[in-house]
Amino acid sequence: MKRIGEHFQGWMYALFALVTLCVFFACVCLGSVSIPLRNTVRVIFDEVRGVPSDTALRLARSVIVPVRLPRVLCVALAGSSLALAGAAMQGLLKNPLADGSTLGVSSGASLGAVIAIAFGITFPKLPFAGTMVMAILFALLSLLIILGLAYRLDCSLSTNTIILIGVIFSMFASSVMSIIITFASEHIKSITFWTMGSLQGASYRNAAVLAATLLVCGTVLLLHARELNAFAVGEDNAREIGVNVRRVRLVVLITVSCLIGVCVSIGGTIGFVGLVTPHMVRMIVGPNHKRLLPASMFSGAVFLMLADLVARTLLNPRELPIGVVTSIVGAAVFVLIYYRSRRR
Amino acid sequence: MLQVEHLRVQYGALAAVNDLSFSVSEGQWLMIVGPNGAGKSTILNAISQGVPYTGTIRYEGEDLKKTDAATRARRIGMLSQNHYVGYAFSVEEVVRLGRYAHRSRLFSVHKEEDEAAVEEALECTGLKDLRRQSVLTLSGGELQRTFLAQVFAQSPQLLLLDEPTNHLDLVYQKQIFALISEWLKTPGRAVVSVVHDLSLARAYGTQILLLHHGKPAAFGDTRDVMRPEVLNAVYDMDVAAWMRSMLSQWQPETE
Repeated sequence: MKRIGEHFQGWMYALFALVTLCVFFACVCLGSVSIPLRNTVRVIFDEVRGVPSDTALRLARSVIVPVRLPRVLCVALAGSSLALAGAAMQGLLKNPLADGSTLGVSSGASLGAVIAIAFGITFPKLPFAGTMVMAILFALLSLLIILGLAYRLDCSLSTNTIILIGVIFSMFASSVMSIIITFASEHIKSITFWTMGSLQGASYRNAAVLAATLLVCGTVLLLHARELNAFAVGEDNAREIGVNVRRVRLVVLITVSCLIGVCVSIGGTIGFVGLVTPHMVRMIVGPNHKRLLPASMFSGAVFLMLADLVARTLLNPRELPIGVVTSIVGAAVFVLIYYRSRRR
Repeated sequence: MLQVEHLRVQYGALAAVNDLSFSVSEGQWLMIVGPNGAGKSTILNAISQGVPYTGTIRYEGEDLKKTDAATRARRIGMLSQNHYVGYAFSVEEVVRLGRYAHRSRLFSVHKEEDEAAVEEALECTGLKDLRRQSVLTLSGGELQRTFLAQVFAQSPQLLLLDEPTNHLDLVYQKQIFALISEWLKTPGRAVVSVVHDLSLARAYGTQILLLHHGKPAAFGDTRDVMRPEVLNAVYDMDVAAWMRSMLSQWQPETE
């Protein structure tokens, strides 16, 4: 594949956006009940304008508006967030095998959600489910613990120390999850399904939370594209050219944690999106984060929407967990990329 | 220009640099020499705030610990010894990063002076033809020149060079030293470099800091420090005899 790199032009963002839009509409059209594109577009536009749909489109509306549209929206936004988090982490840590879960926040968020499911924790006065609130709370708590421990060990908060503490924390969180699962046998099915990742039953409220998080965190990360380039060349080099490495590292880690925490709270553990997507995008647009971050956002959305389409149509009427599909596809793609790069 | 007072850098129980004081003035080229493990690179890392230290390092009277990273980078440029770039950035992209400290936070539209600095850095390091090439495909010498170009693009007043001719063949060694000598002719500039080659230190340095086990064995003008009795005591060998024996290899053969 030829690298576009420096010749990357503005119109290519339009191309990325167009492909994302095409896949989005295809995913809304296709499913256990397939709906023609024209009807899908009409239902969506009627809904946006607040006009009631024709009686002939009632069936299509009953599938698209309450079920498929919020789900595909959530899938696209989650894919975009995970890929963005992965691209940022790979740049910050100068490691193409890093992703949002490297930090350990993903495991922390999972632990929070498992506690909520196992103990039936709900927050009646809050508009969101207990699982989501607990996952976000635990994601932020995990970040505080990881950074706090890392600071106690090494006050310069070096990347290696943070990774080490992150890996240890992930193992600890997994062990606690296993203990909870052992004593909460009646919830094993829902916990297992959730840990495999699923956006079944996603709502417009979930989509709004994901969109708001992506807007804020995406803006912060895009504003740090130059700093991420410097980190990707080398942390020492970044310091020498004038980057405030400690501040930038904290800002990026907190931003990525927020993205991961919200995604995990809504869709469970969805692996490989943050790892594979930036890797593939980097082969096309090059490693410059000014191009890599936006291109990864579009590509992550496309990748997860297609994975979700496979998850809900492959064994129709049964549905596969989306995390299983992303892991199988992601692993295969990763092996292919590695094989091709070794042959070159 | 640069004042270092009672510098101490500790790695665990080991004091890599212990109670070191020296200063560098405009127009000077300070060569830091000494055996392996003497603490030469550690001094440069401390000046560039890469390692924690006690003591004071001042640039133009201002404590570098209290200077923000961008201001420091506009004044001091550092070329490290080893470079490993994990991703396929182009040579130009790496060199352009040298302008980071000169550009405003939000708007990264390249200013004319940024462009001029990058072009000049690429030109003087002979990298114009390689500007679009991925750094992953460069030889060690080309990579070293890329990072040297980045430091030049940074437009600092003080250059810190850690083994600047590492990985470079003789042609580029000569070019780089000539280039730095030329760079130093502009008023308000100074160079601090770590070198192993005592001949280079003697040829280009105006001042020498000779280190032994993290402590200064000698500091002063090149002629005063580069004397056999001073060097022999630190290197524990007859340095001048070794240099002469090496040079004799180049004497024309007689029938």
